Amino acid sequence: MDLSAINPVLLVASLMVAATPLLLAAVGELVVEKAGVLNLGVEGMMIVGAISGFAISVETGSPLVGLVAAMIGGAVLSLLFAFLTQVALANQVASGLALTLFGLGLSALMGQSYVGIKPPAMARLDIPVLSDLPVIGPILFSHDPVLYIGIALTAGVWALLKYSRAGLILRAVGESHDAAHALGYNVIRVRVLAIMFGGACAGLGGAYISLIRVPQWTEGMTAGIGWIALALVVFASWKPWRVLLGAYLFGGINVLQLNLQAAGIAIPVEYLAMSPYLITILVLVIMSADKSRAPASLGRTFHASQ
Amino acid sequence: MISLEKRPMPSRTLSMATPIIAVIITMIAGGLLFVVLGKNPFEAIRTIFWDPLLGEYAFYYRPQLLVKAAPLVLIAIGLSLGFKAGIWNIGAEGQYIIGALCGAGVGLAFYPTESILIFPAMILAGALGGWAWAMIPALLKVKFGTNEILVSLMLVYVAEQLLASMSLGLLKNPEGMGFPGSRNLNDYPSANSWINEAAGLHWGMAFAFIAVIFAYVLLNRHILGFNIRLTGEAPRAARFSGVNPTRLILFCLGTSGALAGLAGLFEVSGPSGQVSIDFNIGYGFTAIIVAFLGRLHPVGILLAGLLMALTYIGGEIAQGNLGLPSAAIQVFQGMLLFFLLALDLLTNFRIRFAARGTA
Repeated sequence: MDLSAINPVLLVASLMVAATPLLLAAVGELVVEKAGVLNLGVEGMMIVGAISGFAISVETGSPLVGLVAAMIGGAVLSLLFAFLTQVALANQVASGLALTLFGLGLSALMGQSYVGIKPPAMARLDIPVLSDLPVIGPILFSHDPVLYIGIALTAGVWALLKYSRAGLILRAVGESHDAAHALGYNVIRVRVLAIMFGGACAGLGGAYISLIRVPQWTEGMTAGIGWIALALVVFASWKPWRVLLGAYLFGGINVLQLNLQAAGIAIPVEYLAMSPYLITILVLVIMSADKSRAPASLGRTFHASQ
Repeated sequence: MISLEKRPMPSRTLSMATPIIAVIITMIAGGLLFVVLGKNPFEAIRTIFWDPLLGEYAFYYRPQLLVKAAPLVLIAIGLSLGFKAGIWNIGAEGQYIIGALCGAGVGLAFYPTESILIFPAMILAGALGGWAWAMIPALLKVKFGTNEILVSLMLVYVAEQLLASMSLGLLKNPEGMGFPGSRNLNDYPSANSWINEAAGLHWGMAFAFIAVIFAYVLLNRHILGFNIRLTGEAPRAARFSGVNPTRLILFCLGTSGALAGLAGLFEVSGPSGQVSIDFNIGYGFTAIIVAFLGRLHPVGILLAGLLMALTYIGGEIAQGNLGLPSAAIQVFQGMLLFFLLALDLLTNFRIRFAARGTA
């Protein structure tokens, strides 16, 4: 084993990359849950985003168009969930599971002819002087643009929820949909928009994996990141900045275990690969003591006549 | 203006009719999907739903129907108990893997001794393994209020890694010339779940039938089953009437875990034959669809399990004959769940075509 092979600067830089898909999906889900909807279909929307983004960017040759397509793909799939839960008033847990099962199948079907292809590369942001700085350069200033979008999105969601009128309405809908309805807000519309936003974020997160992090398409490549994103929202007590913190924590664990695998540590590969999931469970246990932060209407179906 | 009016009681007729309507709509939507894929939709639907049952080679496919349906029914029966009470075990795939590992592990430990006691011991180990794996989310939920959905699902990924580790390490066939995977249990008479391989009969089917009857009696004739239904339909009433939620969670998750573990054991000691990295093919997830398609009712689940097995086999035939991609069947199964959930609206609500809009 050679631990000195692990370069701490590269480790931090790559943990930020590993955390980004998780961050994007979790911030999207946070908005959905703040509106009082529990969408368990994150994994399905991510994987559909991953393949839509991959396919479109291969066809057009532009990663940017691919990312936009991934967002559209995720949002369109989330509309299915929105229809089921908001219009057909179906159970949110079951509908979310359906979305994941359907999304996994659909992505495998869409991705058949894209296995083994390399997508067009995404240009890194290279700021002349800053990127060449010794430690800080590689960590802060030489990533792909999407990584910065992820951080900006976290800040945007935080500000929106905390300071804007739209954010207040969204939270009102999530805390008490009956009260929000009585005040004249269109609960269903707010929720559908939130679900679509969540879908677009998850789609973008998925495309980040297939276009930038890996970059390649393999079936089921999201490997539970969508589910970890759901756990992350609980971990973060529905607070955007804590989502960022949590995503970096999980990204760090993941990168570290990959580095340890590469360094040939005595622990078998399979046990290292389990660690992100086990740590997710551990974190859930620690955080589940305090449920007071959860939006009060989370997971409840709203129907105006009731 | 269309408005929805909640029915005082869910409609019984529609509750039974919606799965059938959902299957028909899925066939139509699936047909459209096959058109998009450039296949003849009628031929594809016929290949999937007709050929395995009544086609030319049906004698070959019919036994397989039971082989595929048994694990689905076994798992779905367990899941339905929890789903009825609002306890969501979605990690049946993990419990299935662990059950298979424990059961096969016991069997392989005795190799090559022959005894009629070995298989019962394997059954016990399989059920216990699945039960123990499901007890993790159950105990965490009871003790700390942790969300059982996320924990049970995370444990699927853990179980998959464990499976990889076992089939490459501890349970690897010492005479396998370096290939991953355990000894083939089909070559070990004492540790074999087949009753009659030619007819496609193995002990899993017997247990699936017993599970259906057990669940039916439990839900209709036993106070525990009544409490499960009560908790799902009226949680507040359940609390006032003194239902112990802790016991209910432990029972529902434990039972579904044990049944999933059994399904895994029967699969690994019969149709699959050996512990290998990818012996699990997602029965634990498909069983969720089976449970819903069967309306969480034991008899319904039996029928739904057979139907879903049919799509698996039909899908395989269509893959060979028509070049239909295997993922198409997954999409097909996913669509089925969608339509089913959407149609549930009709069961619980009445649609009124009113002139005025609601407030």
